Amino acid sequence: MNAIAIRAGFLTSIQDLGRTGFRQFGVSLGGALDSFALRVANLLAGGDESAAGLEISFGGLQLRFADERIVAWCGGGFDVRIGSTSLPAGHRALARAGDELKFNHAQSGCRCWLAISGGIDVPFVLGSRATDLRANFGGFNGRALRDGDAIRLGTRPGSAIPATTISSWSAPKPWSQTASSAPILRFVRGADWNSFNASMLQRFTSESFGVSSDSDRMGVRLAGPELQRTDDVDLISEAVAPGTIQVPPGGQPILLLGDCQTIGGYPKIAHVVTVDLGIAAQLRPGDTVRFREISLPEAHRLLFEREQELERFRIGLSLQNK
Amino acid sequence: MEITPLGDSALIVRVRDRFEDAPQETLSDVLRTFRRLQNADIPGVIELAPAYTTVAIFFDPLQVAKAGAKPNQAFDWLAERVRAAVAVIGDRGRPRTLPVRVIQIPVCYDPEFAFDLDHVAARAHVSSREVVDLHNAAEYRVSCVGFVPGFPFLSGLPKKLATPRRATPRKEIPAGSVAIGGAQTGIYPMRSPGGWNVIGRTPLRLFDPENDPPALLRVGDRVQFHSITREEFEVLMQ
Repeated sequence: MNAIAIRAGFLTSIQDLGRTGFRQFGVSLGGALDSFALRVANLLAGGDESAAGLEISFGGLQLRFADERIVAWCGGGFDVRIGSTSLPAGHRALARAGDELKFNHAQSGCRCWLAISGGIDVPFVLGSRATDLRANFGGFNGRALRDGDAIRLGTRPGSAIPATTISSWSAPKPWSQTASSAPILRFVRGADWNSFNASMLQRFTSESFGVSSDSDRMGVRLAGPELQRTDDVDLISEAVAPGTIQVPPGGQPILLLGDCQTIGGYPKIAHVVTVDLGIAAQLRPGDTVRFREISLPEAHRLLFEREQELERFRIGLSLQNK
Repeated sequence: MEITPLGDSALIVRVRDRFEDAPQETLSDVLRTFRRLQNADIPGVIELAPAYTTVAIFFDPLQVAKAGAKPNQAFDWLAERVRAAVAVIGDRGRPRTLPVRVIQIPVCYDPEFAFDLDHVAARAHVSSREVVDLHNAAEYRVSCVGFVPGFPFLSGLPKKLATPRRATPRKEIPAGSVAIGGAQTGIYPMRSPGGWNVIGRTPLRLFDPENDPPALLRVGDRVQFHSITREEFEVLMQ
């Protein structure tokens, strides 16, 4: 085996960019809750953007490598060390055989994504290596890592990457350090926006919402001003997606994340835009969050711009690798 | 037909406004729309998911732009293609009704499995035996698959058997449990929490990630339940 989780941490699971094609059978997208962060980390580690890495929640992971690997991570405000040397987010580093990589508890945010050159080699299940923690399949035997688990890694890419210990340069901060002290999530209107009256919508867009402790990979439960619809017609269940903000009868919204169910019957007031899902993935109990409306074309423009910047970053990296 | 955004990377095609009035016709319309969209192969579309009155389309805005949509018009560009795909075939030369699969589901209504059979019977003012007969006699259709992977929501439950969900959901319902929730019946594919009234258990496996497709049932399938004994259940479980 190529790496051993000496300590698995609070909740560490194997994730990739998610599982598509099976929503009609009720299978969630899943994957890294911030798939962009995993893509950036994978690029840094010199691998395929869609390779499987580790999603680490609240830290505690201690990983020992059996052979030489390039590693990189992006996400919340974690203190990460190789041996005793600090490895900041968005940098890449060489881990030698016997080296230990340790993720301490996060100062801000709650999740991060570790990419390892060669990727994590677990079988594809329904087209993905992601762990479905609710239905218990994919990833490492369908479950979160436990202390002592031995992890098989993929074939190391050639020696294209110079073997410096820790890179002096890094990925752009907004990509690699995604936790924010006063997060604002941008949203587009949901199908049921108009079934809330002006004062309810005013509440939603101007007040702040707390993050409840019963939040998980399925969704962030929010606590704040109560949101009530003007009608109470029963809605017919239909598709929901990561980013969807539902308002159950209790009036406390739920922001859905990657492991959300494929369908829902609660009113959809709004949807957090794709480029802000990484910020949503860092919300932890006790945080407060605000929402700001943007238009659908604006949401797409932000996505296109980010992708163009990533393309430039990719080119820059390939020059570094030469 | 109404097309509304579901965030910036998905949209919902609302084929009909209501479901309960005409479940059969609605499902047929939804399935026809689903198939046409599948055949249309619209650039940038990742996957489709039908449910009750709608078909959801998940797409990659970047691929949509690459296929020729102006960056600020990705949604309109897609919506236009969706309308064309749904309308273009019309009814010319195509049968109005599509072939549907009929799936038989064996169910053991043994008291040990049927936590809420007596409750359902009491509410319906019939005996447990009659609940089983009524549940067996009806023909159901899968109107949606979700909640957990492979969970079929079945319409067609005899009105008499409609039972509200439990006020407090159970923390754990065994895999294979056949249950009633409101006007629908369904099957729990895996052990999970749930609020439906459990009336029996099937030995069939509703979801297997090693299979493709992974779910036994899909939207549109016709379903019939038949009663089996405890002994037959044990044999089929092996």
